Amino acid sequence: MSILIDKNTRVMTQGITGKTGQFHTQTSRAYANGRACFVAGVNPKKAGEDFEGIPIYGTVADAKKATGATVSVIYVPPPFAAAAIDEAVDADLDLVICITEGIPVRDMIRTRHRMKGRKTLLVGPNCPGVITPEELKIGIMPGHIHKKGPVGVVSRSGTLTYEAVGQLTELGLGQSSCVGIGGDPVNGLKHIDVLKMFNDDPRTEAVIMVGEIGGNDEETAARWVKEHMRKPVVGFIAGVTAPPGKRMGHAGAIISGGKGTAQEKLAVMEACGIKTTRNPAEMGRTLKSVLK
Amino acid sequence: MKIHEYQGKQILREYGVPTPRGFPAMSVEEAVDAAKKLGGKVWVVKAQIHAGGRGKGGGVKVAKSIEEVRARSSEILGMQLITHQTGPEGQKVRRLLIEEGADIKKELYAGMVVDRGTQKVVLMASSEGGMDIEEVAAKTPEKIRKVFIDPAQGLSDADADEIALGIGIPESALAQGRTVFKGLYKCFDATDASLAEINPLIITGDNRVVALDAKLNFDDNALFRHPDLQALRDLDEEDPLEIEASKYDLNYISLDGEIACMVNGAGLAMATMDTIKLYGGSPANFLDVGGGATAEKVTAAFKIMLSNKKVKAILVNIFGGIMKCDTIANGVVTAARQVKLSLPLVVRMKGTNEELGKQILRDSGLPIISADNMAEAAERVVAAVKGGR
Repeated sequence: MSILIDKNTRVMTQGITGKTGQFHTQTSRAYANGRACFVAGVNPKKAGEDFEGIPIYGTVADAKKATGATVSVIYVPPPFAAAAIDEAVDADLDLVICITEGIPVRDMIRTRHRMKGRKTLLVGPNCPGVITPEELKIGIMPGHIHKKGPVGVVSRSGTLTYEAVGQLTELGLGQSSCVGIGGDPVNGLKHIDVLKMFNDDPRTEAVIMVGEIGGNDEETAARWVKEHMRKPVVGFIAGVTAPPGKRMGHAGAIISGGKGTAQEKLAVMEACGIKTTRNPAEMGRTLKSVLK
Repeated sequence: MKIHEYQGKQILREYGVPTPRGFPAMSVEEAVDAAKKLGGKVWVVKAQIHAGGRGKGGGVKVAKSIEEVRARSSEILGMQLITHQTGPEGQKVRRLLIEEGADIKKELYAGMVVDRGTQKVVLMASSEGGMDIEEVAAKTPEKIRKVFIDPAQGLSDADADEIALGIGIPESALAQGRTVFKGLYKCFDATDASLAEINPLIITGDNRVVALDAKLNFDDNALFRHPDLQALRDLDEEDPLEIEASKYDLNYISLDGEIACMVNGAGLAMATMDTIKLYGGSPANFLDVGGGATAEKVTAAFKIMLSNKKVKAILVNIFGGIMKCDTIANGVVTAARQVKLSLPLVVRMKGTNEELGKQILRDSGLPIISADNMAEAAERVVAAVKGGR
């Protein structure tokens, strides 16, 4: 078991013909069962063509109908990316993973509003993607640092997630699934949604939650953990040294109105029974300490 | 992106939000001309800088004659205005707004931001305007009224009226309140704003609702579709190093410490700063070099970090995933040679081709200190700074 994706998932790439889409489709396809899983690409102007043998369709609906793909990954440039999500939602896909960074917030507000009452789940935007080690990688993360195992990973950041995963793998701790939820203020799945999935996943024995300054998603998730989580959770929050009012790279990583500080998040997480570390080099060892 | 108050008011007027009459002035003469053009007996001279808290810092003065307009303008123009948002060095005043005086009966507050929890734009308003609204929110949250705006419907008349009555706008001025709130939302939506704030929003002696201040910030990711707004950018108000960094697609923010750091990825960059602090040092900057750290980009990053004279050492922390460690190592060696680096440099690289990368650093003959993990890297860079004293 795993969450969101596994070796039986069938994936289409929206934006397969762009440089980024091509490169990451190649690396994802080369990982584990990728060759069998990546079955379609979408580009309205290139329907009927193919990318290294992957057939390209004009619409998401056509790609779904022809191949049975139920998951899409989006590398479409920012001005058109929200519309690409809309198209995948309208085609009733199960899951959309949007890698694109730099989508205007207003576009995401409209897209999230349109998604209400629909079955499609969204991961991202501005995220590394999702990987179920040794089965399927959908996104831009380096596959080789991962290893199959009992630890669930959920994170708002990219390279900081790789750091956590790298530490786990070095300690011999594999991962069930790793989900990058992205650094934007208006996005799809949040920490709490992914924690719920890990809670229900029999193969996941513990979870590492990596957050950063801004918003209150980590606090919301922590309160849920206290009430419902049956597995140990450890956490790290980046940005203890970040000054208020400055946007730390991610559109969502900003302390505003005195809210969203790392200290506040860490305090709430600890009060809810999540073991935290202030030292990002200790994320792996902290997780190991709570495993039975 | 931030803009000045006078620019914000110009935009608000386009959406039907009433403001006092006024003109921007870049010189004392222009200020005097503006006052003459406005006529009347009372004028307000307002410093135009991007930071808030201008009034408390002495950047807003009332003048009751043309001579006073001249005197106040020459005092404020060119002054180093210090507010709680500028930092101790302050910000030089290069532009003024000369406005007609307003007859203030009551000061209110209106603001708009994106609420992450509901994923909607929220209108916040309060009867307690003119003062530190964050203090009101902290101490008397019940005095802040909120309405979450449905993105498909926009702000309804009923919601606008409820907010207006809730913050003490009189029945007789209800239609005006509606115009202000609906105009503010239309403006927020149409301009891809990330923050819109009117503090204070006033009720005048003759019961008119007027925006006495205007603060608009825009979503940088949406500026591509607003060339008109891009033209309002004032580079004098921004950190020259941050402007330089943006030319190379580097995400750089100046901080107060002495250890420069260059990292790939925003989250890892913040975590690296935190680790430096944890080991007793302090970061001189945030720098996310992004996904493709070419020699050219790394060299530009080194030059930018080193133009901060407080810097005493550099820490490079790269998690090479898609990007290979040997590529980064070559970039770092080239950059260190080009800038003739004399400060201690600690490099921690992880990921693809790690050993090859480390070999390149060793073979370079440069005094680069290598580290295997983040903690070791931070420890070594802090030790290097302390040893250098």
